[in-house]
Order: sequence, then C-alpha cells, then structure tokens
Amino acid sequence: MKKKKIGVYICHCGGNISDYVDVEKVKNSVKDEEIVFLATTTMFACADSAQKEIENDIRDNNLDGLVVASCSPKLHLITFRAVADRAGLNPYNYVHANIREQCSWAHSDDKTGATEKAIQLVKGAIKRVYESEALEQITIPAEKVMAVIGAGIGGMRTALDLSSNDIEVYLIEREFFVGGRVAQLGELYNTEETGKELVTRLYNEVKKRKNITLFTGAEAIEKSGSIGNFEIKVRINPRYIKETCSTESLEKAIEVCPVEVLDEFNYGLNKRKAIYKNYDSEYPQLPTIDMDNCTKCGECEKVCSEIDFSMKEEILPLKVGGIILNTGFNSYEPKKGEFGYDEIENVITLPQFSRLIELQKDNKNFVYNKKKIKNIAYIYCVGSRQANIPDGNKYCSRYCCTSNIHKAILAKKYFPEINNFHFTRGIRTYGKQEVFYDESSKQGDIYLQSYIDHLPEVKQNGNRITVKIIDYLTSNKEMEVDTDLVVLVTGMVPRENKDLVNVFKVPLGRDGFFNEIHMKLRPVETVIDGVYIAGASQAPKNIMETMSSSSSAAAAASAVLSKGELSLEPTLAVVDPDACNWCDKCTEACPFNAFTKVEHQGKQVALVIEANCKGCGMCLPVCPTNAIDLIGYTDNEVESLIDGLMQQDK
Amino acid sequence: METKNNNSVPKILVFSTEKISDPAIDLAGLLKLHYPATAYTIDIPCSSAIKPRWILHAFEKGFDGVFIAADGTDCPYGESCSEKTAKIMSDTQKMMKEKGIDPVRLKMAAICSICAEAFVNHVKSLAVNLSKSK
Ligand code: SF4
Ligand code: SF4
Repeated sequence: MKKKKIGVYICHCGGNISDYVDVEKVKNSVKDEEIVFLATTTMFACADSAQKEIENDIRDNNLDGLVVASCSPKLHLITFRAVADRAGLNPYNYVHANIREQCSWAHSDDKTGATEKAIQLVKGAIKRVYESEALEQITIPAEKVMAVIGAGIGGMRTALDLSSNDIEVYLIEREFFVGGRVAQLGELYNTEETGKELVTRLYNEVKKRKNITLFTGAEAIEKSGSIGNFEIKVRINPRYIKETCSTESLEKAIEVCPVEVLDEFNYGLNKRKAIYKNYDSEYPQLPTIDMDNCTKCGECEKVCSEIDFSMKEEILPLKVGGIILNTGFNSYEPKKGEFGYDEIENVITLPQFSRLIELQKDNKNFVYNKKKIKNIAYIYCVGSRQANIPDGNKYCSRYCCTSNIHKAILAKKYFPEINNFHFTRGIRTYGKQEVFYDESSKQGDIYLQSYIDHLPEVKQNGNRITVKIIDYLTSNKEMEVDTDLVVLVTGMVPRENKDLVNVFKVPLGRDGFFNEIHMKLRPVETVIDGVYIAGASQAPKNIMETMSSSSSAAAAASAVLSKGELSLEPTLAVVDPDACNWCDKCTEACPFNAFTKVEHQGKQVALVIEANCKGCGMCLPVCPTNAIDLIGYTDNEVESLIDGLMQQDK
Repeated sequence: METKNNNSVPKILVFSTEKISDPAIDLAGLLKLHYPATAYTIDIPCSSAIKPRWILHAFEKGFDGVFIAADGTDCPYGESCSEKTAKIMSDTQKMMKEKGIDPVRLKMAAICSICAEAFVNHVKSLAVNLSKSK
C-alpha cells in the first residue's frame, strides 16, 4: 500500500550540514508535498531527545513513512530504523538520505549547489519511501564458530574471550610459533612481566580450552560465503618434525645442523640453525625446519629419527560464522642512508636495540660490533610523521616514545655508565606512561628537540659517529653529540599481508592498516559483514590497547553469533511467475545456486530458494522478461527515487 | 522520450554499491574532495545488479550522464562481477544508441572502498565531457 503520511526530518548535524546546506530551505521545498505530513529540521537527529520526538510524532500522527536526511547511513541507518520500530512503524518504511558525507561535506565549496542537491536527495527519499514495503528481517542459522587469524597476544586474547562466550575458535597462525612481536620483548612497560612470560601465560590458557583449536604454520588461502556461513580454506605447512620427538634428540639435531642464517627473531643480531626454535620456552614446544634455508643434508636425521622430510602440506576446509583478523604489525625498516642506517656502522633500530639489551643484560659491559657503548643517541619518529617524504607515513606510531624511553631506562639500569641522548620531535608518553619520561629525566637523560624542517644529522668521521641537531629547547642552538650507538626509534607499519588482504578483501586505509567502519561507532567492524579487525593490524597500538580492541572484537562477534542464528536484511530476489518463461538465464547468472525450477499454472518457472539467495542482484539484469525484482530495490523503488532526484519545484 | 535539462551543469546519476564504492564516496566527502553538486548517488548491493532499464529511465528523466561505480575485483559476491557489470554496460550502450542517446553519456569504473580520489576524478571528467557535448 502506498504511503500517505510521511514525516521528514532534516538534520543540522551541529553545523556539519547546516553550515553549507540551507536546511530551512530544504524543509520548505518539501513540506507541501501531498504525502508529507510533517517536515522539520533538527539540531542532532541522532540525539536521544530527537529520537524520542520522532518516535512520538510517528505514534501521535500515525505516520506510515519516515525520512531522515542526515549523515551517512553507515552511521545511523540502524539508529533510525530502531526509532521507527520502537514507534510501531515497520523499519523498512524508513529511508535515509545522506546529506552530510555526500552533500554538505563534499560540496562545502558550493553552498547553493549543496542546498539544491539536498533538496533533490530528500525528494528522492520521499518518493522511495512512498513505494517502500513493510518487510521482515530474515533469520538464518549461523555457525557458532570463529576463525581468528594471528596468534599473537591479541589473537590469543580474542580466542580466549570468544571461547568464554561459548564460541568455538580456530586460531590460525602463519608462523610456527605463537606470540608474535611481543614474544621478542623483554620487560614490558607498566608491568615487570616480560613479553615471553605474557605469551606463555596466554598460551597455557589457550591450551586449556577445549573449544580452541590452534593451527601454527597455517595460512588462510580462500574465503567464500558470507556472515554466519563462511567457508575458508587453510593451508597447514609441515614442520617436518613429528610430535613424539624427545627434547634431547632434538637438541642434538639442532646442534649438528650445519646451516647458519641470520636470526630474524633477534633482528639479525646473531645466527640460528635451519632447524630451530627461537627460545627455550617457546610454544608450541616443537622446533621447526626452515625449508627456505635447509639443504636437506640429512645430518639432523642421523641423530633424530623423528625428523620427517616426507611431511606434506595439508589444505583444511573450515566452516565459520565470522573471522577476526588480528595480524599485528611490522617495524618500520629505515631506507638505506636514512639517518645513516645500513651505511654507518652502529646505527640500529629500536627493535634491534631491545633485543640487544635482552641478549646482553647479564654481561658486564654493553658492547655492539665489538665497540663498548657509552653514549647512545636515540633519534625519534623514524618511519612516523614523515611529512617530508612523499608517500611517507604521516601518522604518529604513538607507542615508540614510551617504548624507547623505557628501553633507555632499562639500558641504564643494566649498564649504569651509559649516557642517553634523546633527539626527539616532542615526546608523547601519554597517560600512565608519563612516569617513564619523568624517571628518565631524573636519571640524567638529555632531551633535545627539532622539527621536521631540521631533522638531526648522523655523520661518521673515521671512528667517530656524531649526531647534530638545531635544538629548539635551547633557542635553536646547534648541538653535536659524539655517540657509540645510534638507535633509530622506528614506528609501526602494517604487516605484509598482501595474500591475506586478497583473500578477505578487507579495505585498507591510506596508511595501509585495516580500516574499520567508524572509529567511534563501529570500531572493530569492517565493511565486510562478519569480518572484524583488532590489535595493531588496525593502527599502531601498544599492548594494553591491543588487548582492549581484541576483547572488543570478540565481544562484537559474540553478540552476533552467540545465538547460532542471524538476522539479515530481507534483500532477496523474487520471481514473478506470470512473467517468467524459464529460459534459465537467471540460474546461470546466480553465483549461489539460488534458483530452482517449479511448476506454476501449467508452465515451468524459476523460483528463488531464499536460504541460498544472498541478495546480490546479479540475476536482475539478465532476465529477458524482467521477471525478477530485488526486494528493497524494486523497479518501483529505484525508478521513483530517480524521479524524485529530478523532480522540479512545482 | 529523452528530455535534456537546460541547466548548464550536467546532472549525473551514480550507481554505487553499499559495501564497496559507497564508503569511497563517503570518504571523498570526509576529505572534502569536491566534485559537482549535481552528482547524485543511488546505492545498490552489487554493480552487477543494475538493470539497463533503470539507466534508460534516468536518461529519460533528464539525467545527462550515468556513472557506474563498479565493485571490480573487490566484489564480495564473486569474481564474475567485473565481467557481468561490463556486459550490463555494453548492453545498455547498445540500447542507448537505438534510442538516439550518445553512449558516451554512460561511464563505468571500478571504485574500491578507499578510492575517494579516483571517484572524484571520474565524476569530474564525466561532467567536463558532458558539458562539452551539451
Ligand atoms: S531469467 Fe527470467 S524468464 Fe528466465 S528463468 Fe529466470 S526468471 Fe524466468
Ligand atoms: S540476488 Fe539473484 S543472483 Fe544474487 S544470490 Fe539471489 S538469486 Fe542469486
């Protein structure tokens, strides 16, 4: 039934809309339309009080259609559908017009144009609501199973929280060991615990849970289906060592392996064998063989019968209701020559420095490259806030100031004779971490500061390495420090995840990290329903922030899946049997096998199997007799919206 | 019947998809990347769902141009999307020719969820081309 009484609300959005769009004019242009019962402007349509008013209007006036012209439907479509629902109006008799992102903001350079466009968008919405039908959401059964990609501390936290909510978890880690970057850290700031200890604690908890299955050396390589019913394929790479293997014979195997390569776990500070484990207490406890470097010489096989080069990769199909990507970060690798990196000896990065302290903390002297270290220069914001480099990372990584100052304090604790010189661009040890800045200042660390236009210079003269700065803190005096070690305080960059991004199609932001729908309103959801993101895959984050977002992704996913069923948009294809001649074109077009043949009044016609239809609409344009409509996007709705967009003032 | 409107700025109808190109168009607004205010967006689930009759309807109602912000390889519904949208495009252009509507008035490009700039550039250049041929 066509609508007769429509309420239209035009939002100022503070000034976000009304600064560029004359909202009064918009209201006046539509208020006299026949089916518009009331039209009004509102300061914030999403505010509780405004929602209440709309609700009351609907109820008091028996409105049968609602239009709100405001921000992007990505933010508040659900809000206003709920308003309609609470007032007893079918939520699908509500139409949202985006007059902020796609109007006032996009055309803030053209106020007249923006106002005109807003008027047309509202007119279109009114036409569309007039044609709208009352619909019910559809409910489908959903797998109460989640795949969590990445078994760093964030992924393990997510898995544990899901498991506590009674959701089964496949925890999928690309590396052969769990713990990610945090396993590489010594003492953590804000706790005395080490990274390894934290990883061990989480791992032990994961192993206790019956509903978590951990895969290591495993990568998701295919995804199909949609929320509630994804199918993914996971490739499990072999370890080449049987689980029954004894510790002693493995130790022997590692000892006899003749291959030595740079140890990535220690950022190349030392070497490891081709058969290896990063540290004794690492999990899973079984070592692995790095096939990129193994020569298959067979030495290890001679001392350990459990080594098995015949192991093959396996492809495992899994059915899951949703996916959480918690894939962590990489550390920025400075370019050759950037502050002397890879050109001047004794220029290292923060992660290397961190490992160096770990490896040397029990020694008497602090030594690098056979050089005893006395003066250390730290250069901040390397790989972050690169306003001077085209395509550089514009963001602040935010964890590195704190992390580095904490390391400088640790270095001084283990080697009291060292001196710390911090070449900063302003220190950001925000919140609870501010105490470290204080402590470092008290222990005598020297802070110097420059801006982007005068970055510190690192030079080598024979045996001497110097760092020079024009120091803002002493009224731009030129300062030069003789150093033995330069630490580049490198920020975070996204993990190299190209394959994963291709599999999951999760949009990346300009910075290359995964993009959430909205930082504040939907902070762990992506535009792909059922795919969530958390931890440092999303933005640079410290451990505490990673833990919170990991828990919140688990909570968001649990809220959707814990019932074992899902409510979905009623967007489904429907066939008009009178118009259908069973030419079979729709069957060919549908990627989801949603068509079947049935009898209708003595002829064969197509019928949509609702459970299979995903509402993509791919079948619509192929039907030669135009027998197919998509609910919510019927010809009437789409064409009347187009009419509305072109409707001129009477 | 085709009625061209007299306004000097061409009116463009954009078919955009809820999951893929809508976020990019929203992002263009967020970044205040400007494009002609006479471009209006209709969202649909997938660019392969656009019926040629909707496009023809837009031209009949007076739109000067139609832009399909296609999902391309990012389509969540499957890999066949690019091909299918391209077919809709060429089928429609054939029909346009038959009706005496210049096929260059219909354009298509893949717009991913962060392709804000690409979207703005496409709409601007379509607008320029349409004004030239007006
Ligand atoms: S394409 Fe149209 S006519 Fe052909 S079988 Fe499908 S619904 Fe029927
Ligand atoms: S909308 Fe059409 S093509 Fe898409 S899943 Fe449903 S029946 Fe198949």
